[in-house]
Amino acid sequence: METPGDLKFAESHEWARLNDDGTITVGISHHAQEQLGDLVFVEVPEVDASVDAEDAIAVVESVKAASDIYAPVTGTVVAVNEALAESPEIINDSPFDDGWIFTLQPDNKDDLNALMDAPEYDEMVENA
Amino acid sequence: MPEPLKTPFYSQHLNAGGKLVEFAGWSLPIHYGSLVEEHQAVRTDAGVFDVSHMTVSDIRGDSASRLHTLCANDLSKLRDNEALYGCLCTDNGGVIDDIIVYRLANRHYRVISNAGTRHSVLDWLKANNVEDCATVAAGDLAMLAVQGPNAIDKTQRALTSVLDQSVDLTHLASFNCVYVGDVFVARTGYTGEDGVELIVPKANAESLWAALVDAQVEPCGLGARDTLRLEAGMSLYGQDLDDVHTPFESGVGWTVDLSNPDREFIGRTVLQAQKESLSTSIRIGVELTGRGVLRAGQPVHCQGQAVGEVTSGTYSPSLKKTIGLARVQRVGAPEVDDNDAQLTVVIRNKPVEAVRVKLPFYRQP
Repeated sequence: METPGDLKFAESHEWARLNDDGTITVGISHHAQEQLGDLVFVEVPEVDASVDAEDAIAVVESVKAASDIYAPVTGTVVAVNEALAESPEIINDSPFDDGWIFTLQPDNKDDLNALMDAPEYDEMVENA
Repeated sequence: MPEPLKTPFYSQHLNAGGKLVEFAGWSLPIHYGSLVEEHQAVRTDAGVFDVSHMTVSDIRGDSASRLHTLCANDLSKLRDNEALYGCLCTDNGGVIDDIIVYRLANRHYRVISNAGTRHSVLDWLKANNVEDCATVAAGDLAMLAVQGPNAIDKTQRALTSVLDQSVDLTHLASFNCVYVGDVFVARTGYTGEDGVELIVPKANAESLWAALVDAQVEPCGLGARDTLRLEAGMSLYGQDLDDVHTPFESGVGWTVDLSNPDREFIGRTVLQAQKESLSTSIRIGVELTGRGVLRAGQPVHCQGQAVGEVTSGTYSPSLKKTIGLARVQRVGAPEVDDNDAQLTVVIRNKPVEAVRVKLPFYRQP
């Protein structure tokens, strides 16, 4: 699967997409879902929660293990993907689109610049 | 850290797309693409697991007699070509390992013990004068478990092609073993399904694997092995069994045979007393009714009181629920003793509703 060029990436394998309205949608990369395997449970954050960059605010669990999902930037949770409660496997099937996990209103959207761009992320994964 | 050991099937794992991880000092596949698909293959058809990391020791003569005094199950129940599951216990009744013992002949046993306990078991045998003990060198054992409703049929086909002779395993009874040519075949397993475990000469490892794959037996990794055994309510040493809890406290009290009052074995005094007075803790099956996944180490509460913890937990691909084994205190927690007892499991500091259920979680329909 090709890594979408419009996304930014954290070292902990979350992607972040800057939306037209200034919010940021977050999910996990194709590589991350592949490493985790079949997902069976997702715990999303509460809407309106204030979060700091690098806080563990969501959890995805595969059959084998649980993994924390970190907020890539500081802000407020404005939406969560309710469909994941019933169908966590959406993340396996469509990690960059339907498998989004939550959307943040960032305190400062320039914080995104601290993240990797797609080629940098691909390189990190390749050299891991 | 030393380099992880490789089994004779190492290159087969790589060729089949296995994602290798280190497990008990061995490099073994966690899955070959999808744990869930491998799990379902074993429940509905047949899967093959590389179990060459296990420890196999042949014990003969006087040493075989001494083995009787180390095993909490009574080996004198065995006739030739029969197998028994049991525990090696300390003086305090703690479990050193859970083992399968095959009687190959009078005063000749084959013991299969775990990979993670290899050194502690071999040291224990030696310390107790089990000297005539030939253990297959690490890396030389080629052992496969073929499991599933079609395992017998497909194994017969594979062995027929490898050995170039007709093979009939349909008459091999559960917990019995037989040599077919130079292949050791035992009708045992760790999945709750019908199936066999095979030990082949290392030189035949490659051809047996290829023949099983030709017979459309799905390669399965450690991940599916764990979900399958847990659905079947089977304990895993190091998680559900350890040397600080007795078999009665770990759900395998049924393997402690106290029926012959004259039979002496290490741990008997403590186990006898515990059986008579009832153990203070027990192993139970837990099903999560709230949202989340049970994992080892999560605290279990009953009626607002902490009563124990989860020792193994997973999402069950067959039941589409989350299940786990827990060790809980019996004293002071009256309701825990009932099946259907309402429990709470603490997951990431939040209480989640759960219920006690009968074991096994899954039984072949």
